[in-house]
Amino acid sequence: MTAAVPLEAVLVVAGALFCIGLFGALSRRNLIGVLMGVELMLNAVNINLVAFWRYLEPRFITGQTFAIFIICVAAAEAAVGLAMVIAIYRNWLTVNADAVDSLKG
Amino acid sequence: MATVIQIIFGLIAALVVGAAVMVVTVRNVIHAALWLIACFFGVGALYMLLEAEFLAVVQVLVYVGAISILILFAIMLTRQVTGEGVRQLVGGWRLWLTAAISALLFAVAIAPTVIAHRWNTPAPPGPPGTPEPLAGVAELGRAFVYEFLLQFQVAGVLLTVALIGAIVIAFEERARRRRVLTLAEEHELRKRLAQPQPVEAPAGEPAPAPRATPISEGEVQQ
Repeated sequence: MTAAVPLEAVLVVAGALFCIGLFGALSRRNLIGVLMGVELMLNAVNINLVAFWRYLEPRFITGQTFAIFIICVAAAEAAVGLAMVIAIYRNWLTVNADAVDSLKG
Repeated sequence: MATVIQIIFGLIAALVVGAAVMVVTVRNVIHAALWLIACFFGVGALYMLLEAEFLAVVQVLVYVGAISILILFAIMLTRQVTGEGVRQLVGGWRLWLTAAISALLFAVAIAPTVIAHRWNTPAPPGPPGTPEPLAGVAELGRAFVYEFLLQFQVAGVLLTVALIGAIVIAFEERARRRRVLTLAEEHELRKRLAQPQPVEAPAGEPAPAPRATPISEGEVQQ
C-alpha cells in the first residue's frame, strides 16, 4: 500500500472530503443536513490520522488511538445533536436552521 | 500488485468523494442519509486498505450501524418538514459563496500544501519483501490500558454524559405527548385538510412560538 499509493493521494482525498463536508454544513438549511456535513468532516480528519499513522509512524499505535477517540466524540456529538434537532422540532415545528433564531437580538 | 492496489484505491476514492458530493447536493434528505452510508462504507474500505482493520470494523459498527440509523430516525421523526418539495439548500449568493469558499479552500490551501510538502516517510526496512513493523490490534489494546488509560476513562465518561444529555434533551413529558393517529383518524384529518380553510396562519413570521402546540391538525382532543 505505502509503495503503490503515495501519501499525498490519500491526503488529497481526505481534503476533498473535508471541503465537501464544509460545503454541506454551510449550505444546507436542514439541521440534519448540517449534522451530516459535520460527520463528513470528522471522517476526513480520521482518514488523515490513519494515513499519517500508516505512512509516517507505522510502528506506533498513537494515530489509530486518536482516530478511535475522534469516533467516540463524533458518536456523542451525533447523539446530542440529533436529540437537539428533535427537541427543536417539537417546540418550533421546524428543522430549518434559519428559522431558529430566538437568540438573535 | 501495485497496479491492483492503485486501481482499488482509485475506486474507493471515487466512491467516497462521489457519495459525499451526493450527500451535500441531493434534494431528498433520506437519499442524502443513504448516500452518507455509502460514504461511510467507502471510508471503512479506505481504512482496510491502509491496514487499520480494527478501525475499519469500528467505522462500520459505529458510523454505518449507529450514527446513520440515528440520522435516519431523526429524519423520520421530523418528516413533516423534511419531505420533498422543501428547499434544502440556502439560496442565491449564499450558496455560491459557500461553494466558492469550499472550492478555494481545497484548490488553494489544502491540495498545494499537501502536494508541495516533503513528508519524511521512513525508508523501507531492508530489501523489498520484508514485512514492515506494523502496530496491530494487540498494541492498540495495550495502549488503551497503559498509555491512554486516562483518556480512555474520560471517553467513557463523555459517552455516558452524552447518553444522559440526549435523553434529557429529547425527553417528552407524558402530558404533552402526541398520540399516534389511527388510520381512520388520519383519513378524517386528510378529508378535513382537503377542504379550503378560511382561517390561515398570519403571513408574517412562520409562527416560531416556543412551546407551540404540536401539529395542531394532528392533535387529538382529550
